[in-house]
Amino acid sequence: MENFNYHRPATTTAAAALMKKGKDAKYMAGGHTLLPTMKQGLAAPTDIIDLTAIKNFSGIKVSKTSVSIKAGTTHMEVATSKEIKKAIPALAEMAGKIGGVHVRHKGTIGGSVANADPAADYPSACLGLGATIETNKRKIEADKFFTGMFATALKDGEIITAVHFPIPKKSAHQKFPNPASRYALTGVFVSQDAKGKVRVGVTGAAATAFRATDIEAALSKDFSAKSATSVKIASKSLMTDMHATAAYRANLISVLAGRAVAAAK
Amino acid sequence: MADTKTGVGASVRRKEDLRFITGKGNYTDDINLKDQTYAYFLRSPHAHATIKSINTAKAKKMPGVVGIFVGEDVANDKLGGLICGWGITSKDGSGMKAGPHPVLAQGKVRYVGDHVAVVIAETKEQARTAAQAIVVSYGVLPHVVDAAKAMKSKVQVHEVASDNRVFNWSLGNEEATNAAFKNAAHVTKLDIINNRLIPNAMEPRAAIGSYDTGTESYTLYTTSQNPHVARLVISAFHGLAPEHKLRVIAPDVGGGFGSKIFIYAEEVVCVWASKHIGGRPIKWTGDRSEAFLADAHGRDHVTKAELAMDASGKITGMRVHTIAALGAYLSTFSAAVPTYLYGTLMSGQYDIPNIYVEVDAVYTNTAPVDAYRGAGRPEATYVVERLVETAARELKQDPAEFRRRSFVKSFPHQTPVIMCYDAGDYGAALDKALEMSDYKNFAKRKAESAKNGKLRGVGFSAYIEACGIAPSAAVGSLGAGVGLWESAEVRVNPIGTVEILTGSHSHGQGHETTFAQLVVEKLGVDINSVSIVHGDTDKVQMGMGTYGSRSGAVGMHAISKALDKIEAKAKRVAAAVMESSVDDVEFKNGTFTVKGTDKKMAFGEVALQAYLGHKFNSSEIEIGLKETAFHDPANFVFPAGVHICEVEVDVDTGLTKIVDYTAVDDFGNLINPMIVEGQVQGGVAQGIGQALLEGAVYDEDSGQLLTGSFMDYNMPRAANMPSIENFRLGFTCTPCPTNPMGMKGCGEAGAIAAPPAVINAITNAIGVREIAMPATPLTVWTAMQANKKAAE
Ligand SMILES: Cc1cc2nc3c(=O)[nH]c(=O)nc-3n(C[C@H](O)[C@H](O)[C@H](O)COP(=O)(O)OP(=O)(O)OC[C@H]3O[C@@H](n4cnc5c(N)ncnc54)[C@H](O)[C@@H]3O)c2cc1C
Repeated sequence: MENFNYHRPATTTAAAALMKKGKDAKYMAGGHTLLPTMKQGLAAPTDIIDLTAIKNFSGIKVSKTSVSIKAGTTHMEVATSKEIKKAIPALAEMAGKIGGVHVRHKGTIGGSVANADPAADYPSACLGLGATIETNKRKIEADKFFTGMFATALKDGEIITAVHFPIPKKSAHQKFPNPASRYALTGVFVSQDAKGKVRVGVTGAAATAFRATDIEAALSKDFSAKSATSVKIASKSLMTDMHATAAYRANLISVLAGRAVAAAK
Repeated sequence: MADTKTGVGASVRRKEDLRFITGKGNYTDDINLKDQTYAYFLRSPHAHATIKSINTAKAKKMPGVVGIFVGEDVANDKLGGLICGWGITSKDGSGMKAGPHPVLAQGKVRYVGDHVAVVIAETKEQARTAAQAIVVSYGVLPHVVDAAKAMKSKVQVHEVASDNRVFNWSLGNEEATNAAFKNAAHVTKLDIINNRLIPNAMEPRAAIGSYDTGTESYTLYTTSQNPHVARLVISAFHGLAPEHKLRVIAPDVGGGFGSKIFIYAEEVVCVWASKHIGGRPIKWTGDRSEAFLADAHGRDHVTKAELAMDASGKITGMRVHTIAALGAYLSTFSAAVPTYLYGTLMSGQYDIPNIYVEVDAVYTNTAPVDAYRGAGRPEATYVVERLVETAARELKQDPAEFRRRSFVKSFPHQTPVIMCYDAGDYGAALDKALEMSDYKNFAKRKAESAKNGKLRGVGFSAYIEACGIAPSAAVGSLGAGVGLWESAEVRVNPIGTVEILTGSHSHGQGHETTFAQLVVEKLGVDINSVSIVHGDTDKVQMGMGTYGSRSGAVGMHAISKALDKIEAKAKRVAAAVMESSVDDVEFKNGTFTVKGTDKKMAFGEVALQAYLGHKFNSSEIEIGLKETAFHDPANFVFPAGVHICEVEVDVDTGLTKIVDYTAVDDFGNLINPMIVEGQVQGGVAQGIGQALLEGAVYDEDSGQLLTGSFMDYNMPRAANMPSIENFRLGFTCTPCPTNPMGMKGCGEAGAIAAPPAVINAITNAIGVREIAMPATPLTVWTAMQANKKAAE
């Protein structure tokens, strides 16, 4: 790892200002994606701007209609939140499946969403629940947020401050972990809202998380496991690597969607 | 028995564990010497390339840099290259084609991770930073990483081997075997790949080399399973210094699994370079990425195997052809692994009259391949047990009963492939395993699984292995460059405490406990009065080290012999002190008595008298109580057993779960059953790792190691194991006739037995003939899809 300047601003404004000033500055939240890449020499920022000292940067607020999670909230806090477990149990369960205990105690929702790893878990929840990502500048719908592999709608220097999830009628998350890394080889988040609108967020299968619209259509007509698994997913735009072929991932999407529907509560 | 709580046969808690689990172990990286510097190795980013030039001028001026060395410096100093200590002769009588293996690359790099230069600096960071300033101009060459393609490739890894073939070795009677196949009523054929594995000991390799300008001698601290062998090789072959001027210390070592047997470039460079920087010590600690790239890997075989049977279903012949990748260079014992540790086990537990094995060992542009837990025997067992299982299925016979009918039933049994099995009762192990696994109710369990959408399968593995390597004259005649005896020294102190100096090396095996148990048994002393000293060439006079499950059968045998000498000497002292004849002195439970009298002396009192010399004639009896012994085994030892695995495969995803595992092993007499159980469990975990999870992958196009971290290389986790209540261990016992403890080896059995048991279970579950290891969810699902298509 190379040397860098370390900053610990107390406000998002100060953080954004530091970002402008730095030659190759990077925000850091839990550091559990950033630090490993720095250790491997894949990133060598000149300045690290630690966001975790920003006031009110973490915390969970649950209203009648939505769950709001501030960007600095750790996966562990989400996984163990009594309020989230009540409002959207699948979201807490999903957070509880991220990495191991150490990772969950450090990694944050903001870092995970900003990083947009194609195999990360949160993007499937964001799409599967129709979340809104709030930044220091604006609000962005999840559907428009994930734009490519490790790519998002965030502009240079923009800071995620919170993620808002509408509370569905029922939902469930299914993850088939990569046997080695335990990230999602494919993960599916299914929800159905009070009006019967269905969302199916998929991660791990393509360059970026996406909605499985074919399965959504099928489930809108018939919200049953069989209805999900009978949809044949096209493998054309899916990834092939040493752990899974596109065809295998296509199969996992319908299998996991079916299991999610069966488990939805 | 001297002490049922701490003697032989007792499950004594490991004496060393308190130290290890409280962080008080003393590993190489824990050691820091005065004025120590740090080394960083610049490694090849290419699988195959010429080195056109290396410019270190800028790097040498970087902060903290003490010295930079490249291949040319090594050559100028006439430092010898790394050697392969086992020579194999080809079928046509030609010798093994060993390419040069300099400790720093000279003119060419041959795999990603090959050592190009070493930077020595005041800190690790400075060394690494400076290394990035070294400018190497490479001429990239085409490469070959796939063993199956090596001999047909235009790429030439070493000049000496035009078709990349290191040797073409054979064993057994080809003609007779071919005849058996000609007359066969049924032939079973399989194409088998034994996947390449990366050992991943918990502690990465490390070394500290230092040169004392005053005494003109070297010291090397290193993560070694056999420090004396390291000293021998670095003295005799690298020519660094004569043995009395080189001390090698292997302190606590955090696991080896074979990967720390070998002499590696990094340790040789550190100890060599120290002299060139004025004697300052040089420390190198490998990181995990380097362990992936540059530790010797294991396995990597491509095999065609056939089994011939007569009309009654009796096995009449076996024919095997294997391509074994040895990587870019020949590592220390690499040539022995796919030959004498492999072909010699092809008879398995079976009476097979004709066997012929042919092995083409090849160079590939990959990390060297050498012994890894089991070394050759897992590969052999996989061939035999996959073949036998498949044959039974093809003949529509119960796989257990087909095995039973084919077992060797009388001993000693001379196989057609060198080995002479001394003792065993394979039917007893099979009976016990069938009983423990409740085999007769398998169909019920299968139906139960089916109800939950799971395909259940059962697989057998009746393995045999040869360990306790080995009679020196025998291995010498087969090409070994060393003898494979072991040595021990027993020092009894004047107050009766005992120090055992052993050439065996403990790096997880628990020698401090098991060896002490033998002393308790033989001398009747308290287990806490015994210490085990190992891993330092200045303390222990000689040793061949720990690998191939030899420390019990060979190492303890040497200790046992030295203890017998101690007893004999102590009896003479006791007789003199008690004024009686030696013949009348008896020794039992730590007390010397004189027959027919009430005279007695405790062991400690005799020890004291031996050092006082007041009460005997020191011209007749030498002062002191210290004895040495060398032991050369009369034969290998032959652990064997039957493992039965049950899996459930998820139809939708191909995910395999090991739901039940039964291991019945015959290790002869057990010294410490708890430690033996741990060895079996750990070995099975590694075997399950090979079968389901682990596989090193080199990219065909780039030659890069794709599985270069735990993100992609899948080590077994607790969740991959069967639950503890469904992981049953049982033992049978036919004592080994060639050592006084009647023991065999247990360190590798699990890793040897498990892979075919697991794969036989999966193929049984999903109804296919063959499936590649590791049987990942993707692989299993893909096989099921193909099966479905074929059925349509
Ligand atoms: C061993 C291991 C296993 C893991 N397993 C999983 C897994 O199974 N599933 C999974 O989803 N993830 C997994 N992760 C990733 C983990 O969840 C990360 O913590 C997470 O992806 C990033 O969060 P962080 O807070 O650590 O971000 P950091 O590493 O601090 O930052 C990541 C990136 O996001 C940027 N960033 C951070 N916060 C903000 C913000 N508020 N606004 C804008 N940009 C920001 C940073 O600049 C950086 O580029 C694993 C990580 C490890 C080390």
